[in-house]
Amino acid sequence: MSMAKSPAPPRLAPRDAAQLHQTWSDPPGIIGWFSAINHKTISLRFMVTTFVFFVLGGLLALAIRVQLAQPDGKTVGPDMYNQLFTMHGSTMMFLFAVPVMQAVATYLVPLMIGSRSVAFPRMNAFAYWIFTLGGIMLFVAFLVGAGPDAGWFAYVPLSLLQFSPGKRVDIWAQMITFTEMAGLMEAIVLITTILKMRAPGMTLNRMPLFVWTILATSFMVLFSMPAVMLASTALITDRLVNTQFYNPLKGGDALLWQHLFWFFGHPEVYMIFIPPLGFISTIVATFSRRPVVGYPAMVLAVIATAFLAFGLWVHHMFATNLPELGKTFFTAASLMIAIPTAIQIFCWIATLWTGRLDLRTPLLFVLAFFVILVIGGLTGLMLASVSLDTQLHDSFFVVAHLHYVLMGGAVFPLFGAFYYWFPKFTGRMLGETLGKWNFWLFFIGFNLTFFPMHVLGLQGMPRRVYTYPREMEWGSLNMVATIGAFMMAVSVLLFIVNVVRSRRRGAVAGNDPWGAGTLEWSVASPPPPANFELVPVVHARDPLWEAPKLPSHVTGLANDYREILVTSVADAELDHRLWLPASSIWPFLTALATTVLFIGSVFTPWAVVWAAVPVAIGATFWFWPKKDIVEQRTGSERNPLEVES
Amino acid sequence: MNAPRNDKDDKTVLDVCHLPTFAFGHRSPMWWGTMGLVAIESTVFALAIMSYFYLRSHADTWPMSRFPPDLIWGTVNTAIIVLSMIPNHFAKRAAEKLDLKGVRIWMMACMLASIAFLAVRVLEFGSLNVHWDSNAYGSAVWMLMGLHTTHLITDAYDSLVLTVLMFTGPLEGKRFVDVSENAGYWYFVVLSWIPIYAVIYWGARI
Amino acid sequence: MRHRARALLGGFVLVPGVAAAAPLQDALHAYGIQAAHIGRLWNFTLGLCTLVFGAIFVVFLWALWRAPRVRVNETPPDLASLVHPERRLHRAVGWSTGIATLGLLLLLAADVFTSRALAHLPLENAVNIELIGHEWWWEARYHHADPARDFVTANELHIPVGRPVVVTLRSNDVIHTLWVPNLHGKRDMIPGRTSTLQLRADHAGTYRGQCAEFCGLEHAKMAMVVEAEPNAAYEAWAARQRQDAAAPATAQALRGRELFETSNCASCHTIEGTRANGKAAPDLTHLAGRTTLAAGILPNDGAHLAAWIGDPQSLKQGVYMPATTLKPDDLQALVTYLGTLK
Repeated sequence: MSMAKSPAPPRLAPRDAAQLHQTWSDPPGIIGWFSAINHKTISLRFMVTTFVFFVLGGLLALAIRVQLAQPDGKTVGPDMYNQLFTMHGSTMMFLFAVPVMQAVATYLVPLMIGSRSVAFPRMNAFAYWIFTLGGIMLFVAFLVGAGPDAGWFAYVPLSLLQFSPGKRVDIWAQMITFTEMAGLMEAIVLITTILKMRAPGMTLNRMPLFVWTILATSFMVLFSMPAVMLASTALITDRLVNTQFYNPLKGGDALLWQHLFWFFGHPEVYMIFIPPLGFISTIVATFSRRPVVGYPAMVLAVIATAFLAFGLWVHHMFATNLPELGKTFFTAASLMIAIPTAIQIFCWIATLWTGRLDLRTPLLFVLAFFVILVIGGLTGLMLASVSLDTQLHDSFFVVAHLHYVLMGGAVFPLFGAFYYWFPKFTGRMLGETLGKWNFWLFFIGFNLTFFPMHVLGLQGMPRRVYTYPREMEWGSLNMVATIGAFMMAVSVLLFIVNVVRSRRRGAVAGNDPWGAGTLEWSVASPPPPANFELVPVVHARDPLWEAPKLPSHVTGLANDYREILVTSVADAELDHRLWLPASSIWPFLTALATTVLFIGSVFTPWAVVWAAVPVAIGATFWFWPKKDIVEQRTGSERNPLEVES
Repeated sequence: MNAPRNDKDDKTVLDVCHLPTFAFGHRSPMWWGTMGLVAIESTVFALAIMSYFYLRSHADTWPMSRFPPDLIWGTVNTAIIVLSMIPNHFAKRAAEKLDLKGVRIWMMACMLASIAFLAVRVLEFGSLNVHWDSNAYGSAVWMLMGLHTTHLITDAYDSLVLTVLMFTGPLEGKRFVDVSENAGYWYFVVLSWIPIYAVIYWGARI
Repeated sequence: MRHRARALLGGFVLVPGVAAAAPLQDALHAYGIQAAHIGRLWNFTLGLCTLVFGAIFVVFLWALWRAPRVRVNETPPDLASLVHPERRLHRAVGWSTGIATLGLLLLLAADVFTSRALAHLPLENAVNIELIGHEWWWEARYHHADPARDFVTANELHIPVGRPVVVTLRSNDVIHTLWVPNLHGKRDMIPGRTSTLQLRADHAGTYRGQCAEFCGLEHAKMAMVVEAEPNAAYEAWAARQRQDAAAPATAQALRGRELFETSNCASCHTIEGTRANGKAAPDLTHLAGRTTLAAGILPNDGAHLAAWIGDPQSLKQGVYMPATTLKPDDLQALVTYLGTLK
């Protein structure tokens, strides 16, 4: 909320506002539910779905911890255990960590940039469906005893047919296809939205830091996910039709898999890490009552991290027989990437140092980052050394490290983000007392669970072992870890309780409960279907904090069809208006057809051929324009050749 | 339009009703979507080509089946594919001039070209020197061919759908942007073939 | 209990040569020069990282402590930074980044020095072992300049103290990893590729190793024993390994050998000097000289051996060895015979 005296902003006449509301609303009924394409609708479903996968992944982790709590554990046998850790890793990495960031982004980015929608709203919906169907396939497979069991990373030759018979690994590989397809589509949606649909006046230099992180992440997705798509496709063909990519006896190479997988896998963890950097910038600014120190440095740091992340992948392969000199290059790169992250951390601390703080739950979760991620980053530096890594690799030390960086770097800030934006999504505040309990249980539980694992790794406990002998004396630390895991589970339960209670009985939030600076807080909570009655004109980085300037809003966009404003890439100058498609069932139906194709091809290569037909039909109907809608609009069309833009 | 005030000199609001309702090239979000797809597919092709050379660096003999693939159909198809850029170029130009008749004619020409190159692609597969399951070399060659062929098929199909639409309607200005962007993607499918052709047919000879 | 406490509190720091009650399988106690090099790097890195963490933590807590507490929606934002550049803050960030970069360069240098030290192990008079990984056991072929002195064993390696050992690593099926942390870091055993690890034990002792690359169902139960002993003892052991299996001296042992040669055993296992010539499973010529069974997971005594032969699946589910059903007398004879194979 701005403290300056401002004239009342222009509003639409009530009849026009009602028409605008109707135009952008989701259609009613069951068919309507499957046809909805409003970005907020899809995004909320996406967030809920990824959260369900997070909880499922957490339950799998609890099962692992119960088995490992004591030596010679008998809770589960080796086959089930191998499925448990494969499912846990695959669920968290493919079905939660990146998708949740894209889900939150597709909600917030249009609001933050002053747009009514994302670009390609139907593709956005399709991406959600294909993601969800892929996740369901994976869990159905697990429940019928065909859960993948070769690790979330599925190294060959173990994951080839000879050593992993049956369909388990094929299902894993096809799950990759589902989720990566969704991820890639979301990346295209987000890049196009950010570059072409910003409100007039929002130059790149005025874009919120969170939007920068999503832009960088989305570019990373475009260039990294193809690697795992190619790798998993080659794995499927090795298993299904006997290609020989990974068979050393026929000219293939086991390390080809590792190179392709980690070329994706390393950027993947930065794709998980970078959007939360945006959460942190946003929350630190709001709760310090000042803009983050060093905006240009922060932007460059994010871009540098995104680039450097592509040069690290061999550090996952330090125990192989690759040339030592080459490995040292990757040591240097892995150390160097700490520099942009360090810059960001120092800028945030500087912001906190000179800020006036409100230590409420969103900020608490973000503050945990500074302890947990820093520890994880430092153990990462340890792992970056080839020699040190040869002792630490594939031991519980790495399990500790990866959870410190992924949870400290992503999950904690994500919870902070949920506490921060829940009022915007739902119109209600989450309970603050329950929030603090949630936070402290999570923080303490997390450290109890994962800190001992550093010691266990140094004490020689390897990863991915379903049990260990009593004589190794690893039992007590494992028990501590298991207790911590249950604490985290209770904490997540508290979060769910908080959400369920607050939806109905939480304090009413109003537009801007946090006194924040970015555009999403200028509209109602939850936002109306069209986001903005009148698209704002932007004159500053934190438009709600600075004195409003004129012109303040855009007029001239239609209310009776979904019209948006397209602006230029760098300076968000006016370019043209665009009509976005209305709701449609076809993205959902095409996703179903695509699911049949993907699942069919687990069993036979011919599925690719015959199942392509319904996919093509679905896509065609999706695209095919409706006569009445087109006629409604062509009367008011203005073509670019008439207009000297 | 629907502004509360209708005063052109009103400086409190920015009136956009004079703006066009579609635009070509990088002004269009569709261009960015297409470029995103190009980035993804280029990365896939580049990684597949790198895998080919990676496997080659570990092999004693290459190709492992000893004979490089026959040049004839691959080279013929390369010519057809490259030549298809001509009707493609004219279709794009017609679209950007909003010339419906031109678009119809040139899109039909593109469809003829696509029938030709799809047919010859079948012959190419038939005359390859190795099976996909014989060895890693065969797998790499078939993967490259398969990836590109998938692009030929999908590009041909969506061009077909667009062509039919340009005849049947319903039409609006945005469809001309679709034709222009489709032509852009067609360029990508053609140009990406050239390094793949070089790798498959000549990479085994050097 | 005290040992465990020490492990928790002080166990982070490498303590040279301190005896532990549990089997030795940890990176914190170096009994060989390579592990010692890595251990020194660990101590240095741990020290530096702890310093860095401490510094950041202190500044961070201080920032939180000194900042005035407010309520967000009652406090207008401070936009002074948009008008006046905050040079002091930028300088502080700049200096901190510079110091961090220096720290990173120190780590890089330490890593390079350690790598060089590891690569410069003197290799004269080395013992050469070819280690081949299987699901879920270790095949060890000792190679000598004179091939007639080569021998084969499994799951338990003996090495001489003070002499370098060059281990050539291969795999027969999936990727495995050799890891004997008290002596050296890991190296992968990748099908289709050959890698080497050079190490040296500098203290006599029994060191446990474990496969450290997920290799399937029983990855957790693929351990090994490395016995480092004075050179004379090692040479004596090697000499025994080169010999064929001891001839049975009692009727029961003879019966045992006969059972071995005529049952399934011989189709997978080798006992040199008998008709058993199988190559798919561990060489048993000197089984009785090993302290463990089934790749380091069971003690090598009559009871465990009998249980293993009778039903390996119950001890190591999914192992490729089938159950062998024998009459109790025959089983006893077999176990007795195997017990003579020192």
